[in-house]
Amino acid sequence: MTRAKTFVGGTYPAHNKDRTKAQPIALAPVPEVLIYPLCQHIGAPCEPLVAVGDRVLRGQKIADSTAKICAPIHSSVSGKVIAIEPRPHPNGQSTMAIVVENDGLDETVAPFVEPKGLDELSPAEIVEIVREAGIVGLGGAAFPTHFKLVPPPHAKIEMVILNGAECEPYLTCDHRTMVEKPELVVQGLRILMKALGVNQGYIGVEVNKPDAIAALSSACAAYSGIQVVPLQVKYPQGSEAQLIKAVTGRELPAKKLPADVGVIVNNVGTAAAVAEAVQTGLPLMERVVTISGSMVERPQNLLVRIGTTFGDLLTECGLKGQPGKIINGGPMMGMTVGTIDVPVTKGVTGILALSEAESCQLEVGPCIRCGRCVDVCPMFLLPVFLGQFAERGMLDKAEEYHILDCQECGCCSYVCPARRPLVQNIRLAKSGVLAKRHQ
Amino acid sequence: MDSSKLLMSSSPHQFHRDNTSRIMLEVLMALAPAAVLAVFFFGVRALWIMLVSIAAAVGTEALIQKLTGRPITISDCSAAITGLLLAFSVPASLPLWMVAIGAAIAIAIGKAVFGGLGHNPFNPALVGRAVLLASWPAQMTAWVEPFTFLTTATPLAALGLESAQTSYGALFLGAVPGSLGETSALAIIAGGLYLLWRKIIDWRIPAGYIGTVAIFTWIFGGEGLCGGDPLFHVLSGAVLLAAFFMATDMVTSPVTKLGRLIMGIGCGLITSVIRLWGAYPEGVTYAVLIMNALTPLIDRYTQPRRFGGVTR
Repeated sequence: MTRAKTFVGGTYPAHNKDRTKAQPIALAPVPEVLIYPLCQHIGAPCEPLVAVGDRVLRGQKIADSTAKICAPIHSSVSGKVIAIEPRPHPNGQSTMAIVVENDGLDETVAPFVEPKGLDELSPAEIVEIVREAGIVGLGGAAFPTHFKLVPPPHAKIEMVILNGAECEPYLTCDHRTMVEKPELVVQGLRILMKALGVNQGYIGVEVNKPDAIAALSSACAAYSGIQVVPLQVKYPQGSEAQLIKAVTGRELPAKKLPADVGVIVNNVGTAAAVAEAVQTGLPLMERVVTISGSMVERPQNLLVRIGTTFGDLLTECGLKGQPGKIINGGPMMGMTVGTIDVPVTKGVTGILALSEAESCQLEVGPCIRCGRCVDVCPMFLLPVFLGQFAERGMLDKAEEYHILDCQECGCCSYVCPARRPLVQNIRLAKSGVLAKRHQ
Repeated sequence: MDSSKLLMSSSPHQFHRDNTSRIMLEVLMALAPAAVLAVFFFGVRALWIMLVSIAAAVGTEALIQKLTGRPITISDCSAAITGLLLAFSVPASLPLWMVAIGAAIAIAIGKAVFGGLGHNPFNPALVGRAVLLASWPAQMTAWVEPFTFLTTATPLAALGLESAQTSYGALFLGAVPGSLGETSALAIIAGGLYLLWRKIIDWRIPAGYIGTVAIFTWIFGGEGLCGGDPLFHVLSGAVLLAAFFMATDMVTSPVTKLGRLIMGIGCGLITSVIRLWGAYPEGVTYAVLIMNALTPLIDRYTQPRRFGGVTR
């Protein structure tokens, strides 16, 4: 086998995947009340298409928008709309949400499109299906997928890369999807390739998932032009720019999109969702979520109806006691939530419950200039100085040192022996720089 | 479950196990072989010098932190390293009270006045040594033979006097006159390799330093061009100790990879120039201190090309 590919920089956090990586995807119980925030994607929030008191069916579109960068939202159960009001969102804010009471009947809408074979579908039809199905990037970013399928006219797309790196510790939802539904993933890739009119497809997978690599390799063996690319186990291997670098050797220029180097990247889960939507004519209503962490009694990968709350899932998996932190996503880039009443949205990859000991506020010491943050930064920035400029409010200097190129992977904070909040300060300064620009 | 007890914090939520005190402790461990050999060669007096130096360094740090109302941070082991490195760079015959003054100055003038750990521009141990050398030049160069404690000259000084050449074997093991911790190449390389393996120091500094000294002294160190004795120059004096433990001091060396290479090469050049043409037989102290002074500048002009920084 050829040597696993990778990028320069990065770090090696403990995987913490052992408790869930062999757990088959199980069905999560469907709760009595589901919450659908009107913004589950990057872009404009949707407007509700239903009113309080309306009956909705499973798969019915309940919110949409005419904005370009947006994805419609569908009910994942049949039942009654009982409220449209601000509710806590897993990103920490409080946003408008449609609340549906499940009637337990799972009465489903008719497919919004007649299922067709890949050969009969035109690229425009695929884009329309992906949009209507409300599919967004399921790797966590939640960028509307249909928008990526219509690249700017100047971009010459040559290939689609599926991101199966799953470099965040704990998370195994993509791993299980690749192992259990490799045909669906490959089919999704073929659909995306057809939509973009390209004949090269790659699936990048870290080598700590040999079963996924084997399953995908045999699933794509029949198709020329599709190849599984083993990647070294290193964080942030799944970051878009680093993945493109590893797979193609191309370096994404600063402030450019993958399309500018001829590449479109999608998560493996997204590809599976696209294939499912094309096959069934039904929208995105569920996703796989890894529930793990030291405080979880029975860590699992669950197929969850969108709208199920974190609390429902933590009850299902059992808590060993009072957690110190609950994280939406992985431990490197995930966000803590202040309440378990937040719902699983399309971008939620994992729910982690960490112990109080793991969550204690770390004592921050002085920077000893060890340079480890410089060594690990995958963007080749100097976090040691960016952190100082950020702390002192020296925004011009921070910009001169390319603070806006930081993609907030958190490698610098992870390795800092003085436990300085580097990426945290850089994040704040970045928003300061942007705010200043918009003035 | 009580939601109000959930800690809200910004990512990341997982951290590398290395912290500052652990790194400092490992540096101390890496210095241990050289310390043991120093006691072996220079007797119990070497042990006293090390203990007094460490005690004075740690005590000074604690005292200053107490007087200025700052948190006492001696448990981070950084002051102990300064104390041990200062002890390593003085002769075994130096009076203990001078050792104590040197260590106190190293911490007070070399570190505390700049704001403590992480803020000092110069290597504190070398600041202490420079002050001692300027204050008591006779005592600071009163070298003794290992085991016998007879007063003698170091191999480097002996070279200047054109007396007999010291054998490579003696230089490698450390059975030669010199500062406590600098004589044994074997012990220093063992500790240095440990730090390299643990990725606590960057290979670029020792490689740049040692390589430059070897090449420079080979070219210019003998009669005519390329007639020097590079192995002698690398093994003698404090080049190895400085290359692995002093020029690599994180606080006072560059953070960029290229910068670290420049740091190593610069130290090597200055050391060689002082040795070959300067008034002192050894030039390590000033070489490292001068490069320390240049570190902010080096960092500034060796910023790596950022990822995606070149448009295609």
